Amino acid sequence: MKQTLAIFALTIVTCFLTVSTQAQSGLKDLEGTINIDGSSTVAPITIEADAGFRKIAPKVKVPVGVSGTGGGFKRFTKGETDISDASRPIKYKEFESCKANGVSFIEIPVAYDGLTVAVGKSNDFVEQLTVDQLKKIFLADSKDKSFTNAKTWKDIDDSWPATEIKIFSPGTDSGTFDYFKEVVVGKSDASMRADMSVSEDDNVLVQGIAKTEGAIGFFGASYYFANQDKLKGVKIVNPDSGEAVEVSAANIESGVYAPFSRPLFIYVNSKSARRPEVKVFVNYYLDNAPELAAKVKYVGLPKEIGDAAKAHFKTRKVGTHFWEMNNGEPAKREGSLSEVYTVENLLK
Amino acid sequence: MLSIFYQGMLAFNPPQDEIVAELSEIKSKLANVAADSSDAQDLTVRQLELRELQETIDKSFLSKPPAPSAREAGIGPALMGSIWVCAGCTAFFLPLGVGTAIFLEEFKPRNKFLRWLSDMLQLNINNLAGVPSIVYGILGMTVFATMFGLFGSPNEPFFELGTKFKRQYVTEGMQVVFVPVADRDETPTLVDGMTALKSDGSEVKLNIIGDDDDFPEDDATLAVSLFSDSDGGVVAENAWYSFRLPFGRSVLAASMTLMLVILPVVIISTQEALRAVPMSLRQGAQGLGCTPWQTVRNVTLPAAIPGIMTGCILSMSRAIGEAAPILMISGIVAISMGPQHLMDDFSILPLQIYYWAGQPVNDADPFNFQHVAAGAIIVLLLVLFAFNSVAIVLRQIAQKRLS
Amino acid sequence: MAVADTANQKPAVLQRRQFRSLATTRFREWFILAALACCTAFTLLITVTIVCLLVGQTIQFFSMPETSISDFLFGLTWSPTLGNEKLFGIWPLICGTMWVTVIAMCVALPLGLVTAIYLSEYAPKRLRNVLKPILELLAGIPTVVYGFFALVVITPALQAIGIQVDFYNAVSAGIAVGILCLPTVASLSEDALQAVPRRLREAAYGLGGTKFDVSLKVVVPAALSGIISAFLLAAARAIGETMIVAMAAGALANLTIDPRQQIQTMTGHMASTATGDISNFDVRYYSIYAVALVLFFITLTLTVIGNVVRRRFQEAYD
Repeated sequence: MKQTLAIFALTIVTCFLTVSTQAQSGLKDLEGTINIDGSSTVAPITIEADAGFRKIAPKVKVPVGVSGTGGGFKRFTKGETDISDASRPIKYKEFESCKANGVSFIEIPVAYDGLTVAVGKSNDFVEQLTVDQLKKIFLADSKDKSFTNAKTWKDIDDSWPATEIKIFSPGTDSGTFDYFKEVVVGKSDASMRADMSVSEDDNVLVQGIAKTEGAIGFFGASYYFANQDKLKGVKIVNPDSGEAVEVSAANIESGVYAPFSRPLFIYVNSKSARRPEVKVFVNYYLDNAPELAAKVKYVGLPKEIGDAAKAHFKTRKVGTHFWEMNNGEPAKREGSLSEVYTVENLLK
Repeated sequence: MLSIFYQGMLAFNPPQDEIVAELSEIKSKLANVAADSSDAQDLTVRQLELRELQETIDKSFLSKPPAPSAREAGIGPALMGSIWVCAGCTAFFLPLGVGTAIFLEEFKPRNKFLRWLSDMLQLNINNLAGVPSIVYGILGMTVFATMFGLFGSPNEPFFELGTKFKRQYVTEGMQVVFVPVADRDETPTLVDGMTALKSDGSEVKLNIIGDDDDFPEDDATLAVSLFSDSDGGVVAENAWYSFRLPFGRSVLAASMTLMLVILPVVIISTQEALRAVPMSLRQGAQGLGCTPWQTVRNVTLPAAIPGIMTGCILSMSRAIGEAAPILMISGIVAISMGPQHLMDDFSILPLQIYYWAGQPVNDADPFNFQHVAAGAIIVLLLVLFAFNSVAIVLRQIAQKRLS
Repeated sequence: MAVADTANQKPAVLQRRQFRSLATTRFREWFILAALACCTAFTLLITVTIVCLLVGQTIQFFSMPETSISDFLFGLTWSPTLGNEKLFGIWPLICGTMWVTVIAMCVALPLGLVTAIYLSEYAPKRLRNVLKPILELLAGIPTVVYGFFALVVITPALQAIGIQVDFYNAVSAGIAVGILCLPTVASLSEDALQAVPRRLREAAYGLGGTKFDVSLKVVVPAALSGIISAFLLAAARAIGETMIVAMAAGALANLTIDPRQQIQTMTGHMASTATGDISNFDVRYYSIYAVALVLFFITLTLTVIGNVVRRRFQEAYD
């Protein structure tokens, strides 16, 4: 009896599943190619989206390249690709090039990547750092020697031991590095110090920080979540509230873990966005963005931004939110994603 | 080395203990909960998911497309891509390489200036053999892929051949219909009652919803209904030989770039093969009144063919393993199908290996991308073994013939 | 009708054959020669295009305000992205390349030479027939495979025997490149040893030399220029190798005397910049062309010297 019931339940469930996919089953015939290139940071989400999209529209070909954000934009601005993965907002020169080539785009954030500042498990003194302390660690000496960076931990806090600080940083081309630099350096003309171990491979950073005495480094939060047994995440003091905040998915999503969470984007060529296969793909991507992001250990966007992104795509709001014209000079727009990502801020 | 081999063998049959364990757990749980409870539904859904996952994992490593999770990932499209690119590359280097070698070896000039010129050409070829492959990558990227930006972009090519276009629409009932069009930019005017094609080739009559019309309600009409201002998108159907300018990041661009890398090697090995043909054979032919080309075609070339083939096959095996130049041109690491025509996007095995080897490794996971990379390496090495054994056999034939 | 008459005068065997006119044959000969010459001209075109492309883009690189030729050629810091200034001094990249090449040659030269001497002087013919294809196979193994090998086998092995290397380091990348170059060194040196005339060996045996004496003191010195040329050609290959260093050597342009640290080579810089996040309108992106030009000239010099040395040597015994 129980078994019959189970089979019955199974049939119901199967029916339910088929009904829910019924509406989309016609899309199985969808054809075409969606050319995607860009950041290798965003690529995992896009590849995950493609894997899901294959089940809806198996005939559509979605080649995903990893030429880097810069390389991706180079092709995108020439109209060679339909979608560009980007781990940073478009640069003004790239935007200009788009305009020169008659390419307009829809800017869509798809996930957050938290930035973690971490030390080794053996480090028992550092619990939290303020942005000012981070500056002391990561900035280069200024030319007139008015600012000198910390050589040992004692230089930052007298109660800490005089061990040498060894810094591990992700590749200077990466969006992670860009974002970190933007927060720590800010608008000042200072720059990052040059004596850091730089590696493109986050595993190397993890190994280096875990095994080197007095080491500190930063990288994408997804790596920290995967290596919590080897590393200790440093709490960052939120400049607004003055509270030390731990890195966690919840804190990144709610925006408390400011200022160290950065958005990841896809840029969709608005001309390509008219093509049915691109439209269906991007809609699938946006509908499932939080789950896709979670699968590859990024943090999904808050619902409001997700909805705003969907609305942007639906109503085809072209242009970038991250640049504004100040007396004819381009200026980068500052602020959190929810402040910046509004229709009013669009620059076409 | 053995560890790579062991890891690689795992890729052909990824472990699925966890899935099996979870499935049996679900089974035992299902026996205990009421069949119509929401728990049971959730469990059944999960069961279906897991079974589907198992099915994907069980597919052959050689035909699966790459996937975001290591267990589901395979090398199908990359293997096909490698074969296409290698074949294309061979089609170019064979005539060019053999032609150059014959010219330099068999038509040696007597004039002093020309002899100097031929010496310079020889030196140039030797130098080209030493140029790093990544420099050829830069060259290929500029000359073949973007063509200096002279011919627009691959999406709006300057010139196209062997391509048929159709406009793709998704109807209000979520069905896909096609209207054939003559070129990329043509937007057909939608009229009520016009015929469109479904993907299986059957014809349907379209119902166009104008501004004054009511929105249809029954499914059958919805399935063929389009708003009069829907613009759809163009889909290109390419024949295998299709051609366009610029090449973009296509199989053709990659083949030609690899050809540049391999060409000097082929020329040098072909020259060696030609040199190994005894002078007496040529002199005999000339004595019978053969012209220089007749000597080459009827005497020298047939005698040297096994030697030339050996060199060419060894060059092909080098071409199939090159990653750096292709990295500059394409960099595609996830694609669900292999190339279907010369202008198609592609990925190749060495590039997949490069990408997978750089993926984050979780030591705790018994099966990660390192294993997948090792599996792909085994396949690549097997291809190589096959090439080399053919080359060895051919060389033996060559030695027997000429001795 | 005259044609028919001459045909009738031919012997019966030749009457069935069709004779082309001499003009057709000549035209065909000329046409084929022209086609072959075009193939050859193509190789020249490749070189010209490479040089023009690299030079053109390099000029664009140096015309940017952040760069100058003297800084590029004599600067000791390569930090396009870090620090107060953007510095484009090529020496750290050359240093990285040097380390990899030197270590590679330390592996490839002795091993390759021993293999070559064994193959040429000692090995029985049957063994030679087995060993040569194995060398060829080794030469054909894709470089990504060597890179993977360096990453998952050589580096852990070095750490296991107590050498404190970074995860990415010049040593293991160098060793992998060395294995890659070994077949080149071995087969080119073997050709050189084989080309030493038999009479030299026989004279040495006649003076009472042992096999070891003969091969080491007579044959190797006689073939020295060939061996040097093999070495130079292999070094050119090591300098131009990309995938191994991109995978295993690291990404920190480091003017260091310690090869256990991570370094960056010229090719490694090109690969990571071309695929990285750097904007393609940025001065840093154009640096790959300048680096490529330097690389091109270094390998060009090495191959030219290698070929000249080899040619000298070939003439000496012809």
